Amino acid sequence: MEPDPNNEQKAGGGLLARAREEVKELRQDLKEPQKTQLWKSVFRVKHERTDPRTRALGVLSNVFLHLHPARINRDAVRYSYTWGMGGITFYLFLVLTVTGVLLMFYYHPTKLQAFRDILFLEHDVPFGRLLRNMHRWAAHLMIITLWLHMFRVVLTGSYKRPREFNWCVGVILLVLTLLLSFTGYLLPDDQLGFWAVTVGTNMARATPLLGSEGPLGPQLGMTPFNDVRFALLGGSIVDANALLRAYIWHCIAIPLIAAVFMGVHFWRVRKDGGISGPAPVMLESEIKPPPPK
Amino acid sequence: MDTQPSTVGAVTPKPAQGAKPTGKPAVDASGKSSPELEHLRMRRRLIWVATGGFLVTNLLMFLRFFFPRTLFEPSLKFRIGSPSDFGLGVDERFKQSHRIWVVRLPDKLFVIVAKCTHLGCTPNWIETENKFKCPCHGSGYDMEGRNFEGPAPRPMDRAEVELDAEGQIVVDTSRLYQCPAGGKCEFDTDPNSYLAMS
Repeated sequence: MEPDPNNEQKAGGGLLARAREEVKELRQDLKEPQKTQLWKSVFRVKHERTDPRTRALGVLSNVFLHLHPARINRDAVRYSYTWGMGGITFYLFLVLTVTGVLLMFYYHPTKLQAFRDILFLEHDVPFGRLLRNMHRWAAHLMIITLWLHMFRVVLTGSYKRPREFNWCVGVILLVLTLLLSFTGYLLPDDQLGFWAVTVGTNMARATPLLGSEGPLGPQLGMTPFNDVRFALLGGSIVDANALLRAYIWHCIAIPLIAAVFMGVHFWRVRKDGGISGPAPVMLESEIKPPPPK
Repeated sequence: MDTQPSTVGAVTPKPAQGAKPTGKPAVDASGKSSPELEHLRMRRRLIWVATGGFLVTNLLMFLRFFFPRTLFEPSLKFRIGSPSDFGLGVDERFKQSHRIWVVRLPDKLFVIVAKCTHLGCTPNWIETENKFKCPCHGSGYDMEGRNFEGPAPRPMDRAEVELDAEGQIVVDTSRLYQCPAGGKCEFDTDPNSYLAMS
């Protein structure tokens, strides 16, 4: 059969028309991305501000937004009441996680390299000094904001029933944060950190029962080579094993444990009725007339 | 601030008492734009630009962070001593530290990079058989590094050698000379690939 030029032209024209159609559709999609299947596959419901129900649904069906309650007490958004210290503490934890992971890219937890790496982070690594200072200052700030959060909770009586369990979770988080700070202290392997950890772990010698110099410790057979201090340092002196242990506790173990307790802590805030507030205040406009008798 | 009803908990959104829109979207029902709405839109755009600029800057810093300025790797350019330190034959002294063999022939001295041209293993120098043998796939090379058996496609590469002012041999393994099969062989044509001995 001979090729029909007309037919070919028609096929080419059809292709062109289809291409035009495609471009038109693409333009429409770009103009209204909310109507594309791609968008709908990501966002399960429409995020519209039409009525409270739709808005609540948009919050509840989003993994990030649902971490915040869809509705909260009016007093819970008053900074003069909450100080925002719990949120800031959590934010600082996130900052510390990000900067800490980045610092890990240039830090070797060994006696030969650790301090050298600190010097290079300070003077040579691109943005190393910025990262290290962000990590250090965020760590200091986190301790401060943690205490202020605790202070606010005491002042507002938020440790009382039904929140007494969450107060205890918070105390555990406080201890974990202090431990994070302490284990991070040794990592630069400088004189300050070395002696701080020497002194700090020497106190563990005096642990009752488990310390070689503590009450009833020697009677139970505790020596500097089998007591709790020995387990913390991985030896009887602050040396390479202690550095490696501090590193692993600081970067992996304690953050993981703290993350679990944080999850429980935030979940319980919600379950215990949200952030505690003063007795509900009603606006004059909200007062309903008494029901007719 | 404290006395204003929060929009979060309001069940029925009432029209605001003043004309000030609080947190409402900057599009009114009629679709007309007032100077006030335009102002809101500008402010929103400014916030987006500032946020985006911040994030982009951070991303660039993040990427730059992964390229260290200082390396603690052995230098690719190093001194191996004077020509009189090497007797005739293959010298294995620098194989462990720099992955090279120094080969001295009666008329010249050159440096072979100890890397099989098949898949990059390190061959062994077998003195008794007078050849290099690769343990991975059996490529064999003579003492000048020319392949004669096995899958290797070409002789082993040679590194640049030169004499410095003190008469020391300086090797630079970042500058290699190749002798591909059927291609131009740089071993004898390029004067920097060997040192002439008398």
